[in-house]
Amino acid sequence: MAEVKLHGFWYSPFTLRVVWTLNLKDIPYENIEEDRFNKSPQLLQYNPVHKKTPVLVHDGKPICESMIIVEYIDEIWPQNSLLPADPYDRAQARFWVKYIDEMISTLSAIIRSKSSEDREKAKENLWERLGVVEDQCLKDENKFYGGDNINIVDIALGSFVKFIEVLEITFKVEILQTERFPHLHLWFNNFKDVQVIKENTPHQEKFVAFLKPLFEKILASS
Amino acid sequence: MGSQDVKLLNFLLSPVGRRVEWALKLKGVDYEYIEEDIFNKSNLLLELNPVHKKVPVLVHGQKSMAESLIILEYIDETWKQYPLLPHHPYQRALARFWAKLSDELALGAWRAMVRRGDEREKVLKEAIEVMEKIEQLIKGNKFFGGNNIGYLDLAFGWITCWLPVWEEIGSMQVLDPLKCPSISSWKIHFLNHPIIKDNLPPRDQMISYCHRRIEEFYSTHHAY
Repeated sequence: MAEVKLHGFWYSPFTLRVVWTLNLKDIPYENIEEDRFNKSPQLLQYNPVHKKTPVLVHDGKPICESMIIVEYIDEIWPQNSLLPADPYDRAQARFWVKYIDEMISTLSAIIRSKSSEDREKAKENLWERLGVVEDQCLKDENKFYGGDNINIVDIALGSFVKFIEVLEITFKVEILQTERFPHLHLWFNNFKDVQVIKENTPHQEKFVAFLKPLFEKILASS
Repeated sequence: MGSQDVKLLNFLLSPVGRRVEWALKLKGVDYEYIEEDIFNKSNLLLELNPVHKKVPVLVHGQKSMAESLIILEYIDETWKQYPLLPHHPYQRALARFWAKLSDELALGAWRAMVRRGDEREKVLKEAIEVMEKIEQLIKGNKFFGGNNIGYLDLAFGWITCWLPVWEEIGSMQVLDPLKCPSISSWKIHFLNHPIIKDNLPPRDQMISYCHRRIEEFYSTHHAY
């Protein structure tokens, strides 16, 4: 059986997406924890362009970019399929994955804010984007975007919403207000309850304890 | 399937929209072309792409979709002749990676044209570095897709026509032919392809469009 290795950061939403995907499909893999301040030579060799995690290595061949990795895994191991079969539904799912991924800059702006005004502005930007997800992506009121089971959109969104929860505690800012985002709130409660997700998501306290000093370090060096 | 079945909402000068046209033409798919004035967006566009309000939008029957690279994958999955994406999942993952990078590079090159001072120098330097990585990717191949134009060639197509205009307007060089001879060769092959060469944007309009966008930028971004 070909080897599967995952180079990542346990606290990164991007790595989490791949961890969830591998576990949803019951794929055995070796987890290689990277240190962002001391990246392994293999990582730099596998991702020379961005030098980032996650990187999936399958049979010695590296794949980069979390959602590209998720699609790759889905193509090689089709059980518990994460993409719709219909080309139009696939196009819609990919559209939302891209939209969600583009939210990263607003999350980053919250982390890097040097004043409460900056943070407030970044939060409003994020609200605007989450509003589109609330009104346009989750409007069908299915249990998940994927219907009864989670799919790539749920995975992409779930990792970010999880991360937003951590930011809320770390920066004492309220973002995921139930009144503002009722669909999102309901969807996330269902998502968190999925067995594989529950079992493969680090505890909130662990995230906060680790990320708070890391954010401070990032902010100090920016 | 008549041409009424497929419609493309696009802007003449859009590099990403042009990719979709090239793909449809390579596959011999009939379509109705609808030109959009991006300075005066139509209700149709706002209705078909409410999230981004941007072109291109492909309409197939009752289904509408946005984002050029996603549209390319839809086209490839729907019309099987002249395959655009590689067959093997690993090659597909690589193609998607480089296509994503292509879009980031295009944005970087555009910014280098528009911005000034330190910021411009920074984005320009990054763009040059990425271009050199693309040189390594194409080395030894006629096209990114191998012997034929494929998804990745369409993704990089902006380098052939749009980049030279941006370089001229921005008084900069992102693609150095001496450092990137393989990309330079690829450009020639790409532009000479029968489908591509009859489907290129008008240069004079590209120049005035860029100037207009730059003026717009500086009139709304006083801090820069």
